[in-house]
Amino acid sequence: MNAQVPLKKQQPATDQEVDHECKASKTGAEIFVESLQNQGVEIIFGYPGGAVLPLYDALYRNPVKHILARHEQGAIHAAEGYARVSGKTGVVIATSGPGATNLVTGITDAMMDSLPLVVFTGQVATTVVGTDAFQEADIVGITQPITKHNYQVKNVQDLPRIIKEAFHIASTGRKGPVVVDIPKNIANAIFDSNAVEEATINLPGYQPTLHPNYLQIKKAVSLLSEAKQPLLLVGAGVLAADASKELTEFVEKYNFPVVNTLLGLGSIDGNHELFLGMAGMHGTFTANMAINNCDVLLNIGSRFDDRLTGNLKKFAPNAKVIHIDIDPAEIGKNVPTEIPIVADAKEALLALLEQTFEVQDLTLWHEYLHECQEEYPLWYDDDGDGTIYPQYAVETIHRLTNGEATIVTDVGQHQMWTAQYYPFKKDHHWVTSGGLGTMGFGFPAAIGAQFAHPDEKVIAIVGDAGFQMTMQELALLKEFKLPVKIFILNNSCLGMVRQWQETFYEERYSSSLVPVQPDFVKLADSYGIKGYKVEKVDDMEAVFKEAIESDEPVLVDCRVKELTLVNPMVAPGKGLSEMIGVKKG
Amino acid sequence: MKRVITVTVINQSGVLNRVTGLLMKRQFNIESITVGHTEQQGVSKMTFIVNVEDEAKIEQLVKQLSKQIDVIKVNDITDKSIVMRELALIKVVAPPNLRAEINSIVDPFRGSIIDMGKNVVTYQIVGNPEKIDAFIELIRPYGIKELTRTGVTAFVRDAQLKPSPQLSILQ
Ligand SMILES: Cc1ncc(C[n+]2csc(CCOP(=O)(O)OP(=O)(O)O)c2C)c(N)n1
Ligand SMILES: [Mg+2]
Repeated sequence: MNAQVPLKKQQPATDQEVDHECKASKTGAEIFVESLQNQGVEIIFGYPGGAVLPLYDALYRNPVKHILARHEQGAIHAAEGYARVSGKTGVVIATSGPGATNLVTGITDAMMDSLPLVVFTGQVATTVVGTDAFQEADIVGITQPITKHNYQVKNVQDLPRIIKEAFHIASTGRKGPVVVDIPKNIANAIFDSNAVEEATINLPGYQPTLHPNYLQIKKAVSLLSEAKQPLLLVGAGVLAADASKELTEFVEKYNFPVVNTLLGLGSIDGNHELFLGMAGMHGTFTANMAINNCDVLLNIGSRFDDRLTGNLKKFAPNAKVIHIDIDPAEIGKNVPTEIPIVADAKEALLALLEQTFEVQDLTLWHEYLHECQEEYPLWYDDDGDGTIYPQYAVETIHRLTNGEATIVTDVGQHQMWTAQYYPFKKDHHWVTSGGLGTMGFGFPAAIGAQFAHPDEKVIAIVGDAGFQMTMQELALLKEFKLPVKIFILNNSCLGMVRQWQETFYEERYSSSLVPVQPDFVKLADSYGIKGYKVEKVDDMEAVFKEAIESDEPVLVDCRVKELTLVNPMVAPGKGLSEMIGVKKG
Repeated sequence: MKRVITVTVINQSGVLNRVTGLLMKRQFNIESITVGHTEQQGVSKMTFIVNVEDEAKIEQLVKQLSKQIDVIKVNDITDKSIVMRELALIKVVAPPNLRAEINSIVDPFRGSIIDMGKNVVTYQIVGNPEKIDAFIELIRPYGIKELTRTGVTAFVRDAQLKPSPQLSILQ
């Protein structure tokens, strides 16, 4: 097959022949680009290198919009942010060896948070795979436990099918990352289009269950109709299924109270009267007491993560549990479940909405929850010394954006404050790293979110430390005129680490106070981006307003009170009813 | 408790790694594992013996394995009526004067001699793992020079002695 290529060069062909030749002799790289186009891919985030030169050459000649990040980690977090807000599959490409290994954190993050990604990695030629060739890494082996599935392409004829399957697997069932490793000689190989019919998906071992079992729905209904203290726990599964509307309709129909997981925020209006807030380690007192006291807990699309449940032995001690999840393996994994329902959240909610049933009088239950809310609202200190309290900074951002911005955070205290003090009006406007808790995620994810929501305000609320892990992506704001607003809630420390050291290690601040920082305003300036620094609460409003109203990218270095805690808290090993810091003083 | 799990997989490269990797990640203890082709082309079957603490653990294991894209079917066949077979090769110190004695132990187990030297004999024993354990214990005093076992492979019997739950609904 290879012998034909030089032949073609030697004898210039007529136009007709060229056309024919092209059809009959596409390279693997061209098939790659064509497959992306067939999948409707609009944007790819990536970084080139030796093993992917053929792929990049094909992208050059037959463009799909490619965003050159400044580090592969930036590329993959951007793809995650894009996937999270758009619901589409994020696409990433990196070279073999170090390019591929730089993606490992992002792949794991996407796996933990069920984000649909297709990740293409270059690989050394199949003829030298296994010889420790230059820039060879066994990325299929490395990513085996952190992907929903992965492939190495061994024959160019398989490439169209594999890419089709990769997108199918990533975006259906419980979504997740799929890695496709493409050796360089496969990208260069000539694809024989006469040899294969149209690529068809062939996955006999993969048939996600979408429709709920009718009998199980009936059982759930009968349990819910007997409940005196029912509660819905709603996670990101509802957002992945795009079922916020159905959720809201269902709870309004029966007046059921709702709590969210961290990643489930936005699935119901944050100011809805049936919404009790986020539950879990830094959840609201009311949300956690609701779980503690409910008699029927209907979990839709949450996986009972340990940051949500606290001590499992003390979790929802009075509740019969109904668990709706698209992944059967999540049901019964952590919490014993009376009624398992394997289904897509939207299908399950629609099935529940089709039933009409009587419910118990819930007045007392609502009264109790209301009292909790009155007595134990979220609170924070503010000693009026003119410094900015980070919680107040988030509240200000909320007010100035009317609760409608796309909010992206990094990981740490600022993430929890944002979850607490930014009630979302809409779904798909919240991007954060939940399961893996990846510092460095926030800023590049905001870039991806801005690509997905070009006309919306995208705000990255980040910590001073986490931002420094991926701040090289500032270049992209300038290059692509992305009006992302960066708010660094700068407490000059690894705030969340410091909080645990204050609370559980007698204030021994081992390596959590950061003595040296860049001048963030100058840093922004060096990329041609407007930067502000605010230190006094009196100046905050004006700067925030100017930043948020701007059509350009802006960085705000917001110096906040350093020694503050995220309250309230369920200490590790404790149950949800044993929160500390529930009241001022 | 010990469970016998069979896993039907698509015979892709890396599938064994995927399955054992998953068991390691989820902290399951594999006692033995066998794998080989089936009557269907491109389809392989693995048989595991795993040691688990409780029912919930085994349910997790079955679910996690089923979730793998290359896994077609997972069955916990422990409570079914099954045939289990394992093969062992055992090299025993057997000087000529003891050979008759040793062979009298081997015979009831229907072992066969597959290799012989001046002072050693290699036996092959096939059976369920308990039978092989018993044989090894009997032969040990003579001196085992080398021992290797294949691990268990298993089948569900055609005629189930115990009524399966499905049948009991029909009755
Ligand atoms: C990659 C990574 N390394 C370490 C951690 C542990 N960790 C969690 S929060 C945190 C501190 C974050 O500090 P900063 O970004 O300034 O945010 P703050 O908590 O101060 O708001 C650290 C080190 C992590 N989550 N991710
Ligand atoms: Mg900090």
